[in-house]
Amino acid sequence: MSDDESKVAPADNGAAGAYWRENIRLLVLLMAIWFLVSFGAGILFRPFLDQFHIGGFPLGFWFAQQGSIYVFMALVFFYTWKMKRIERKYDLDD
Amino acid sequence: MSTQALIYLFVGLSFALYIGIAIWTRAGSTKEFYVAGGGVHPIANGMATAADWMSAASFISMAGLIAFMGYDGSVYLMGWTGGYVMLALLLAPYLRKFGQFTVPDFIGTRYYSKVARTVAVICLIFISFTYIAGQMRGVGIVFSRFLDVDIELGVIIGMCIVFFYAVLGGMKGITYTQVAQYCVLIFAYMVPAIFISILITGNPVPQLGLGSMVNDGSGMYVLQKLDQSLQLMGFGPYTDGSKSMIDVFCITAALMVGTAGLPHVIVRFFTVPKASDARKSAGWALVFIALLYTTAPAVAAFARLNFNSEVNNTSYEQAPGWFKNWEKNGLIAWVDKNADGKMEIEKGDPFKGAPEFADGTGPNGQRLLTNEIDSENGNEVYVDKDIMVLANPEIAKLPGWVIALVAAGGLAAALSTAAGLLLVISTAVAHDLLKKTFKPDISEKGELLAARVAATAAIVVAGVLGIYPPGWVAQVVAFAFGLAAASLFPAIFMGIFTKGMNKEGAIAGMLTGLVFTFSYIAYFKLMNPDANVAENWLLGISPEGIGVIGMVLNFAVALVVAKMTAPPPAEIDALVESIRVPRGAGDAHAH
Repeated sequence: MSDDESKVAPADNGAAGAYWRENIRLLVLLMAIWFLVSFGAGILFRPFLDQFHIGGFPLGFWFAQQGSIYVFMALVFFYTWKMKRIERKYDLDD
Repeated sequence: MSTQALIYLFVGLSFALYIGIAIWTRAGSTKEFYVAGGGVHPIANGMATAADWMSAASFISMAGLIAFMGYDGSVYLMGWTGGYVMLALLLAPYLRKFGQFTVPDFIGTRYYSKVARTVAVICLIFISFTYIAGQMRGVGIVFSRFLDVDIELGVIIGMCIVFFYAVLGGMKGITYTQVAQYCVLIFAYMVPAIFISILITGNPVPQLGLGSMVNDGSGMYVLQKLDQSLQLMGFGPYTDGSKSMIDVFCITAALMVGTAGLPHVIVRFFTVPKASDARKSAGWALVFIALLYTTAPAVAAFARLNFNSEVNNTSYEQAPGWFKNWEKNGLIAWVDKNADGKMEIEKGDPFKGAPEFADGTGPNGQRLLTNEIDSENGNEVYVDKDIMVLANPEIAKLPGWVIALVAAGGLAAALSTAAGLLLVISTAVAHDLLKKTFKPDISEKGELLAARVAATAAIVVAGVLGIYPPGWVAQVVAFAFGLAAASLFPAIFMGIFTKGMNKEGAIAGMLTGLVFTFSYIAYFKLMNPDANVAENWLLGISPEGIGVIGMVLNFAVALVVAKMTAPPPAEIDALVESIRVPRGAGDAHAH
């Protein structure tokens, strides 16, 4: 859960610490999007979004049954790609 | 060829394929048995994870549930896919870097405590057995309807097949068998979905068909027409659920976090070569799962539309063949409340409880029931939601080979999940209990033998649960996700992200989450099912969603207790440092 990141103890040693902080920043951002498309658009704001339509779908309903899943996939692949770059930057890749 | 012959052929061919793969890839060492030697390609592993994950419930039951729940069914769609984001981002790469075999391994080592390991093993065994009993029932349903054998014999055949490749092949055999099973099940799911989408909307992509116009010249969208026809029968609209927002929110969250905490899913990420492969593999698993999960809502809506138009206001004499076939199996029933010979669908239950059939037939040839009729509504049709996917090709009048394919796909889904769970149980017994707790001097050969014996015993127990399903099986599936969310997930998460978490905090947290969630579900599902209504729920959260509160309590108790007790030793600090960076993930190995 993204709100627990505040408890992370500050890392001590150079590269590993900077790498970890950058990782956490990325995680917070991506988990926020994860929350917004599913719990946000699909549940909390669904009644509001349902007044708009794409094709035959009420928008909130579409997020709940289709859209959120597409975004989930994009999030995981973006994270994989971005982390690889961050790891190279700090020379920590496997 | 007749449909029945095609079914035997398809199912027989798929079984031969699985057994062939199992013999070809059988395991020779504990490492191959537990984690397939740690050398599975991320895409293959993603496919195997998808097959492992998508159970009889996903393949057979989910679209049926959504068909009758409408918007509320979204909890399964978001819950069972969103969990993979948490897995890929928050758990998988770190657990792979950690590099041992099991979830209790991680918890036991990170919290330097045999008690923590044992608590984790208990959670794991309970979660896995609850889950596996459902799989065996799925196998039973498919066998009894499609192969014309008794459920008992069907379950025994299923047990033999799983025994063969799980016990011989271990994780290695299971992984490659599951790749084949994924291909079978996704093909079997997509083909009828595409046909039905074309029939109803003219659009061959079911995901788009769901948002398209119905092909009948009415100019209405699928969802619009469904909303309208349901409202005419007295139901609420399909695109608007009946659950409260907080309940939908909590159930979705419990399923997501539960997914990320399910041991048979997590262990999958121990089988890839590198930590970065664990991320990639979780991504591929999600893609393969999403293919089915984005199709399911289309299947659901089409099935409901077809079901209503085929059945409602049709006289029983003209009822379609599938209706009478499933009635024969006791999963559909009709009571002629107004004695007009026509089947009417309305909101409400046709009678009290599950159908209990009497001997003999009524004036129209229907099976008679002994249930007390519910006369407060006009609904005359009982339908078990589990049949919607299986009956779908027949309802849409698709050719025999599609029906045969669906039978083979349903079995692939149930068997692949059952095998994965059996492996987790046997690993927990042989590795975590025997090797790490009670008999540390056991040889590798002895441990492998113990794992095989444990897998055999687990298969027998699962089979017995499948043949004599205790009434509570369906009631307690909520346990598996709720408990995983409330016990294992927070312990693993804090083990990675908070260095200061110590054994006292983790154990107190796990026990709090476990006891709270267990009691809440047990009270409403087993002890006092009559009280299981929204007015009595804590904050309006149903037992299905309560795992989220259990998780919050786990986090809170763990953090408070950890503050008040001694910090973890220095070597744990170093361990956490090391799992946070991907470099240097060796093979998964026993320490």
